[in-house]
Amino acid sequence: MELKTVATQHVPVRYLEGGSGPDLVFLHGAGGVTVDDPFLKALAEKHHVYAPLIPGYGDSEECGEIRDMLDFTQHGWDVVEALGLKDPILVGHSMGGMIAAEMAASQPNDLSRLALICPAGLWDDDHPVADMFSLMPYEMPQYLFHDAAAGAAILTAGRNVEDPNFLQTYLVTNARQLGMAGRILFPIPERGLAQRMYRIKARTVVVWGDSDRMVPPFYAHGFKKGIAGAELVSIPEAGHMVTVEKTAQVVDAIGRLG
Amino acid sequence: MKFTWFNLMPWPYLPDDFREKNRSVWVDIDQKLFDPAKSHEVYNTYMDLLEYADTLGFDGVGVNEHHQNGYGIMPSPNIIAAGLARRTKDAAIVVLGNSIALYNPPIRVAEEFAMLDCISGGRLVAGFPVGTSMDTNYCYGQIPSLTREKYQEAHDLIIKAWTTREPFAWNGRYNKLRHVNIWPRPIQDAPHPPVHIPGGGSVETYDFCIDNTYSYSYLSFSGYLRAQALMDGYWRRVDERGVDKSPYRAGFAQTILVADTDEEAERLYSEHVSYFYNRCLHVYPGFADAPGYRTIKTIQTGALSQYAPPRGGYTQLTWKELTEQGHVIAGSPETVRQRMEDLIKGLNVGNIFCLMHVGNMPADKCMYSTKLFAEKVMPKLRNMFPDWDDDNRFWTSPLAKRVTSGSLRKEAPTSAELAKTYA
Repeated sequence: MELKTVATQHVPVRYLEGGSGPDLVFLHGAGGVTVDDPFLKALAEKHHVYAPLIPGYGDSEECGEIRDMLDFTQHGWDVVEALGLKDPILVGHSMGGMIAAEMAASQPNDLSRLALICPAGLWDDDHPVADMFSLMPYEMPQYLFHDAAAGAAILTAGRNVEDPNFLQTYLVTNARQLGMAGRILFPIPERGLAQRMYRIKARTVVVWGDSDRMVPPFYAHGFKKGIAGAELVSIPEAGHMVTVEKTAQVVDAIGRLG
Repeated sequence: MKFTWFNLMPWPYLPDDFREKNRSVWVDIDQKLFDPAKSHEVYNTYMDLLEYADTLGFDGVGVNEHHQNGYGIMPSPNIIAAGLARRTKDAAIVVLGNSIALYNPPIRVAEEFAMLDCISGGRLVAGFPVGTSMDTNYCYGQIPSLTREKYQEAHDLIIKAWTTREPFAWNGRYNKLRHVNIWPRPIQDAPHPPVHIPGGGSVETYDFCIDNTYSYSYLSFSGYLRAQALMDGYWRRVDERGVDKSPYRAGFAQTILVADTDEEAERLYSEHVSYFYNRCLHVYPGFADAPGYRTIKTIQTGALSQYAPPRGGYTQLTWKELTEQGHVIAGSPETVRQRMEDLIKGLNVGNIFCLMHVGNMPADKCMYSTKLFAEKVMPKLRNMFPDWDDDNRFWTSPLAKRVTSGSLRKEAPTSAELAKTYA
């Protein structure tokens, strides 16, 4: 994958691009995405993948003008337009799934294939989504991975968590990335998608890890019910980072969209 | 010098094993630990202590706002301030302050502060904190990275509401109001009540205070020695901006405990200090700083949240360390005077927020310490900044002639008396 920049109305957008095949836009979750992401690599084997970074993620600047759900949704379409794409396969993970679903609902005639991977966006009092903003770094693996120990190793690989410079960089990165994410996820990751979902016309596949403790699999049913014809793919022994834990199965599920 | 007697209003009944059994004193503190019936006495005692400070000649009595917090049972400081406005005579009512990003619309704050100023005869000092992340984000649900923008708009709206003499429309991002026309408005109208801004070390806040002639308050629990770097940064900025260095441009909160001797201070107060630092400041670190709440610039200056405990935590700190490191200024009147002098000179601060009630301190000890400070320490610290005696930009301008509350005649008049009065 290659890191590039494209201009949009409010802010230059950084994006990863690679692979060949049908155009596919991947919207990352609140944790962001990096150039060596194994899931993107796998997708790129059969697709021309574009993975735009939400402003504030990676080395990109935050964007003051993107404040609420409508702003995020329209920014998403601005990026698709700026990349010169028409009706790409739209794939979103977690926060990215929430944005992708909103994009699909707002411009239903511009999108025919949609994949939502454990998306945020719905809320039920009896099945609360984890309060990710108050989690300590050491608590993350158990919320994100089926195999928390293996997940912890992935999250800390190559990082010296005792190094004060690392801590400083970590805090700045967190403030920039989660600061932006918080605009649609804090304190409850719900901005009215439930009442707009009916507008989605795209053929939709919903993918969920059975052991997801961040956004519980309970919500899979909400998306399946809310989007006409949506197909649900439940993946055992996988958590919220199902894209990392069961990469091939998620790629297969997306493959069903043709 | 301006000395404000401040009470955080801690809940005094947190159990001995509070730290072990609870993850946080704030945000998700156990409901069962609050006892409404007991709070009746707690609130009234705390308000009595604030009123007592007024009788001893403190320049101000201070209250603040916290939510879902075991060391501050004052979600609405204005309610306490309303009581104080009636029951105190001369002290400024220092409300430090109202977290203005939380009120919708924020003209509610403009109105309530105006009421306090009117009831107290012009004794209000208005504080406008952004609010801690615990209060603002985790308890009151504000989006962290938009909190400052919302705060700024609330501030601009309140000031305009206080200073505009005709109805106006406000088309803000967070507030759309067709007819802003607050009624009542404050007594202090030149141009409005003095404003103090609690801050934690961001350059943006320094500039905000300098631009608007507001006093910058550093409300820390870690004492004056650790505040040096931050306050130096503020004064450097004041210098760079080419404005005067009046000590009243700054305020500082300090825990102060006075007894006859240093030994007596330790004997009387150490358990209450320990209660405060070990139980009251036991905040779950996940609530200390929601991502996006602090600006990137502030994080890059290396300033850690003041709720980040020192390495190893407060549990490790003995009375000796807490006093030597300046978290607490405690001892005989002479010891306290010396250290207060160091603080005042070192930080160049004219406004001292005296935290004289600590943790689960009972009222009698608090009165004892407060009286000693008022009689044996405060007078000796009065003339620290003679050059700035006339600087009243950051303090109240009350009415010269004020009514005394509760001064109705004892009995209702008779018909005959009224007939005579209104003949």
